[in-house]
Amino acid sequence: MMIKVENLKKSFGENEVLKKINLEVEKQEVVVVIGPSGSGKSTLLRCINLLETITSGHVFIEGTDIADKTANINKIRQDVGMVFQQFNLFPHMTVLDNIMLAPTKVKKVPKEQAKAKAMELLGKVGLAEKADAYPDSLSGGQKQRIAIARALAMEPKMMLFDEPTSALDPEMVGEVLDVMKQLAKDGMTMVVVTHEMGFAREVGDRVIFMDGGYIVEENEPNQLFAHPNEERTKAFLSKVL
Amino acid sequence: MGVNPIDIIREYLPFLASGTLFTIGFSLAGIVFGTILGLLVCFGKMLNNKVLSAPFVCYITFFRGTPLFVQILLIHFGVVPAIFGQSNGIISGIVALSLNEAAYIAEVFRAGIQSIDEGQTEAARSLGMNRLQAMRYVVLPQAVHRVLPPMGNEFISLIKDSSLLAAIAAPELTYWAQAMGAQYAITWTPYLAISFIYLILTLTMSFLVNRLERRMATK
Repeated sequence: MMIKVENLKKSFGENEVLKKINLEVEKQEVVVVIGPSGSGKSTLLRCINLLETITSGHVFIEGTDIADKTANINKIRQDVGMVFQQFNLFPHMTVLDNIMLAPTKVKKVPKEQAKAKAMELLGKVGLAEKADAYPDSLSGGQKQRIAIARALAMEPKMMLFDEPTSALDPEMVGEVLDVMKQLAKDGMTMVVVTHEMGFAREVGDRVIFMDGGYIVEENEPNQLFAHPNEERTKAFLSKVL
Repeated sequence: MGVNPIDIIREYLPFLASGTLFTIGFSLAGIVFGTILGLLVCFGKMLNNKVLSAPFVCYITFFRGTPLFVQILLIHFGVVPAIFGQSNGIISGIVALSLNEAAYIAEVFRAGIQSIDEGQTEAARSLGMNRLQAMRYVVLPQAVHRVLPPMGNEFISLIKDSSLLAAIAAPELTYWAQAMGAQYAITWTPYLAISFIYLILTLTMSFLVNRLERRMATK
């Protein structure tokens, strides 16, 4: 079991955003989380690597409870890559330095080795020629592919994607999804929050529909999209499909 | 018309020269110590624990909320004699300017750090960096870039504010202008002369800060 979420609750002040979430993600599984805005999808994802504090309940990453104050979250996060909607590349560094920073500073990987790995990853996302460019000179799609390469440089065991294509111009969505599809094919364990239903259907092993802080329904994609059981799922899908 | 102003200035030239060096020295000391201390105070104020951050908040409130002149008097006639057994204009001057500058620098840095998007820290932390690494490699380099212009303004203010040290007989520019004016009972010559020197110092400072800014922008 890579990720296990147990009775997770999250409140911002009076506002309870996650209400008793239970979720398990197996090794090499691709879980896609869909749902309307404000349903708690992103918050759930951010709780899984503790970017949000957990109000109550547990999140186990490979058996370690990260809600436990004694857990070494910096160590655990090295195994949990994250890709953000807004890319969050470091604008004061070249693409290469963006990718090499964490491996060299956190894992103390020798520079030459980190550079070789970075170039390999850049090749993988099709941007080897951008190694010395600064993020500001890149398109949104290129930025997001770099962000994926940066996360992969830590050799994580699982990847979290928080609406990775929502901030992109439509014509750039495809190039990012292609990289993610390849990643899934290579056997990466992934949790993807997205509005891309095509991706969910094609790549997802399981689709989770969230609304109002609950997991309303989960199923394999074909089943969920073709035969949703819950009224709320039906209503949502009728609007987005 | 008694003595020729040119002759007076010529007579006082060595004192004006050493006064200029003292003014530069006080300013540099204030900038260096003030920046180091200011950074520490800034991090202190940003601590999540309210009890731990309270002393730093008080520090900033006091040094920004009371006149520098009063702080100089307090330090010269109170703090320094209490510690060293006697007063010393140079030590008092450096201490007062540094402590005062630190409070302003701390606020400039805090604004700079908080202006960096939260997503930068989150990205760094999600890669496994601890709080300190995220600050050092990701947030601070970007913040320094942003705070350079307001820092330059603080440094220029500091050069001018160092003139207040004349009141505790620290041998800087204004002190010698006052001596000159008192000896010959004149006003225009000494104060216009040091105004000119202060102008050169502040213009040089703003030139240097501008150049640094441009160098960082085109890296």
